[in-house]
Amino acid sequence: MTDGVIETTTPPGADPAPDRHADRPLPGGRVDTYRHPPLVRISHWLNVTAVVVLIMSGLNILLAHPHLDWGTDTNFGNHWLDIPPIPNWLLLPQGRNLAEARHWHFFFAWVFVINGLIYLAYGFISRRFNGRLWPSRADLAGFWPSVKEHARFHFPKDEEARNYNVIQKLTYVFMILVVLPMMLITGLSMSPGFNAVGGFLLDIMGGRQSARTLHFISGALIVGFIVVHVGLVVWTGFVNNMRAMITGWFVLEPSAPANDDHKGDAS
Amino acid sequence: MTGTAHPQTPLSRRSWLARAGAAVGVMTLAACQRGQTISESLRVSAEALTRRSQRLLIPREALAPEYQPSQISPFFKPNGSIDPAASDYVALKDGGFADYRLMIDGLVEQPLSLSLADLRERPARTQITKHDCVEGWTAIGQWTGVRLETLLEEAGLMPEARYIVFHCFDALTQTEEGPRYYESIDLVDAMHPQTILAYDMNGQTLGVPNGAPLRLRVERQLGYKQAKYIRRIEAVDSFEAMPGPRGGYWPDRGYEWYAGI
Repeated sequence: MTDGVIETTTPPGADPAPDRHADRPLPGGRVDTYRHPPLVRISHWLNVTAVVVLIMSGLNILLAHPHLDWGTDTNFGNHWLDIPPIPNWLLLPQGRNLAEARHWHFFFAWVFVINGLIYLAYGFISRRFNGRLWPSRADLAGFWPSVKEHARFHFPKDEEARNYNVIQKLTYVFMILVVLPMMLITGLSMSPGFNAVGGFLLDIMGGRQSARTLHFISGALIVGFIVVHVGLVVWTGFVNNMRAMITGWFVLEPSAPANDDHKGDAS
Repeated sequence: MTGTAHPQTPLSRRSWLARAGAAVGVMTLAACQRGQTISESLRVSAEALTRRSQRLLIPREALAPEYQPSQISPFFKPNGSIDPAASDYVALKDGGFADYRLMIDGLVEQPLSLSLADLRERPARTQITKHDCVEGWTAIGQWTGVRLETLLEEAGLMPEARYIVFHCFDALTQTEEGPRYYESIDLVDAMHPQTILAYDMNGQTLGVPNGAPLRLRVERQLGYKQAKYIRRIEAVDSFEAMPGPRGGYWPDRGYEWYAGI
């Protein structure tokens, strides 16, 4: 890799009808690269809306019985976990209201499921999932060095930032293929209607109260992901990251400041 | 429209999005102007989607999971009313329910009036099932009773009957005058093999806290559908024929009528 130089994906001027999504060189050695197609951007923001509503209404539902148990039934004498009071601003609707919280929860559960299925179908059919998210052997071999770099808050620049790094890939794959589906399966397993066909899932999980506790744990993993994800979005360039998820275009910064750049790089 | 428009420009995509957004806005406003809150509009769409997809994907006769005797909960939490205050109920309770008669009427060929002994003479079904409260807790209990389908066949449902309403003795205000509990189910649930009117719980006569002398078990729905203290069963053709607007005490207060989730 050449230091500070970003390769463009198509030779300039070679094609009479250039690709609308080809790299665009910017001043200072920066390169504007097309990262997210419209379907990914729309499904991302729909998912943000759905997940935020689901978490807030889910907390409201949880407060109707703020205890968690393992097994087939509730152990009223000795709960596994007692949930402390939750501040009102985290609840949807504001203030405890089980009936309305359920309306929000189930409407946006449908948004979450339909949006998720469209995203997954697109990701697999277009092979984007394979290309951008599934880690290669080379990625996995570079796992520990990447962890060390991240632990020092050194984040990839220029060509290295064009694709997701191995930690990003593993995290996204884990969220998309494990945690979010877990959320759906554990949630559905609390439905007495669904139990009539999906009762085997209850058996695997060890009962409805286990399903409820696992639903909460998956939710907590999603909250943990959101905290780290949003933190890194801000840390690694809030405007650039937001622009990428809104317009599709992401700026690759050169790893060394270019000559005509009067400002030093923050790294 | 002139022929010079560029349908593939981002502007047209943006205007399409704007139109879609405006359409959603207009629908929401229209729903709100009809006197519905946003949450109420969400309930209507989500409940319809859930009910239709569950009815589509779950076979009519698919059974709710049944459990082993060893899995019965040591404590089956009585919820809602636990000792109805209505004087007609108190009189029956004081007489050991000897004078209790279950009325089955409405859109039936032959209205029935059955004592507990009459009910016990009919074929019984025993099932160990879980009870899922809308609040989130679960209890497992063993129920013995007569299938609702057996009684409805005996009474002979008229072709226009679409819902079965359960009128109860209890008022959740625990007063004589309070609005009495009621619930309703459609004929798919009414005819389901596990839908029974239970008179025994965990091998003993059903106690007052859990709905004596007779309660409903409709195992593929949440706890608030399992009407306790049933005094009358009525076949009707629509929600208009029910005591409240949404087909149940809790549905009238904002909860889903279809409580399969």
